[in-house]
Amino acid sequence: MEQKYATRYEKLIAEAEAHEMIINIGPQHPSTHGVLRLEVITDGEIVREVIPHMGYLHRCFEKHAENLTYQQTIPFADRMDYLASMNNSHAWVMGVEKMLGIDQDIPQRIEYIRVLVCELNRIGSHLVALGTYGIDIGAFTPFLWCFRDREHIMNMLEWASGSRLLYNYIWVGGLFFDLPVGFEERCKEFVDYFKPKMVELNGLLTENQIFISRTANVGILPLDVAINYGCSGPMLRGSGLKWDLRRVDGYSAYPELEFEVPVGKGEMGTTGDCWDRFKVRIDEIEQSVLIIEQCLERLQKDLKRTTDFDPRAKLPKKIIPKAQDFYFRAESPRGELGYYFITDGKSEIPKRVKARAPSFHNLSVISEISKGVLIADLIAIIGSVDIVLGELDR
Amino acid sequence: MSFDEIKQLLIAKFGPDTIINEETSGMQAALIIQPDKISKVCLELRDNPETYFDLLECLSGVDYGIEENMFGVVYHLASIPYKKQLTLKVIKYHDRTRESLPSVPTVSQVWRTAEWHEREAYDLIGIHFEGHPDLRRILLPDDWEGYPLRKDYKAQEYYRGIKV
Repeated sequence: MEQKYATRYEKLIAEAEAHEMIINIGPQHPSTHGVLRLEVITDGEIVREVIPHMGYLHRCFEKHAENLTYQQTIPFADRMDYLASMNNSHAWVMGVEKMLGIDQDIPQRIEYIRVLVCELNRIGSHLVALGTYGIDIGAFTPFLWCFRDREHIMNMLEWASGSRLLYNYIWVGGLFFDLPVGFEERCKEFVDYFKPKMVELNGLLTENQIFISRTANVGILPLDVAINYGCSGPMLRGSGLKWDLRRVDGYSAYPELEFEVPVGKGEMGTTGDCWDRFKVRIDEIEQSVLIIEQCLERLQKDLKRTTDFDPRAKLPKKIIPKAQDFYFRAESPRGELGYYFITDGKSEIPKRVKARAPSFHNLSVISEISKGVLIADLIAIIGSVDIVLGELDR
Repeated sequence: MSFDEIKQLLIAKFGPDTIINEETSGMQAALIIQPDKISKVCLELRDNPETYFDLLECLSGVDYGIEENMFGVVYHLASIPYKKQLTLKVIKYHDRTRESLPSVPTVSQVWRTAEWHEREAYDLIGIHFEGHPDLRRILLPDDWEGYPLRKDYKAQEYYRGIKV
């Protein structure tokens, strides 16, 4: 059998039985969250096999990174996960700073601003995940509510960086600009506005019986499978493991901040089902709000803005790390985002860069957990993975 | 287990020729493993209760340059219970002839996540993984010519009548 077909894919397609049907979902389909194509072998309404095809949004990130300096690559890193640009560039910048050995020299105010904007972006990214998940399941209102609240975050980040989605705000050694005057106060206002909105959203969607029926006990991802497939972020935590790199590695200002790492407990069904993954994101938003409040507290008191503060003071003139291999990982809203650098010590351009995208791993588990489910549940499972194709295809 | 203890463990288990070399100059020390033994070494590192590297964080194919004619695969392992990281490397020399590809055994039976990563390394660098169940291109179209992340890569002029 192994000899007859070169790959498993050929075998699956060739051996599909006469009563089975092969359906393409995507690449242009709203519930695939971008340009993902799923080839589904179905037996009536039952999914027998899912074969994901991707690459429709491949933009050669790694090839670009091999031809540009570290500072020039930041906008490209932003464009990987376009819903969480700040987190992407933060990870890239921290990796480069570690290689240069200047990661301890970054002023505290800059670290706190970075964490603040990253957590704002994390909330924005999770709001998209939650809202569009509602739409996948058939609830339209939560989507509008989430996007209404996300709009405030986008406006604030636009105020700080000049662009709405792809910020290029965090630079190696510093920031593009200090926060605009009045940002902290407006951010505080947003937090006060946003907290009751989350309670409303929970009442509308999280505890909604229809929503629970559609997601609880669907797409159960056991912990050992999740680890074997390299899942991370809310996928892994939804399966019940307390694994958050902000805590495990304790980079940037996170060791000084207090927050919990929410995990899935199987409250509505089994641990690791779609509802758990959804709930982890809801809880993470609450924790991000706590982090933002602590950051604001410090930024308004002991790390207050001064007239002589220059966020570009520590920018290195030339970024030439010594020859080495270095893998840096950080927690993006979707999970472990890693960059692997190979440098030669002579040029400003890395020899090889590899990005470890969390969506890439999280999606690979889909054919494992959606065998034998209904097609409608397959849509629920894809939504709960929360993929961003820009990052998956790079 | 420290880096040196892991080294001793592997030598005791698979013989002194398992580890070809080690890199300790950078911030993250790496072991260079003999290519034929990589899947056994990975299985041992995953299952041994003292190492327990249950997570494969990243698998990268590397082209080390035109003069060296050297290709590599880099494995970033992480142990969740011990909170440890380890880097393994495999090096293969290959003269870039069009007829064959540098070939490394697969580790996809150890970590299923390696399956897609190896497909990516095959797609972009052109490294063949022996025993891989589903070695197809993953990011590029199936009929794309060449391996874009190789240092000597030149893009084809036309792809299906469209100028590249």
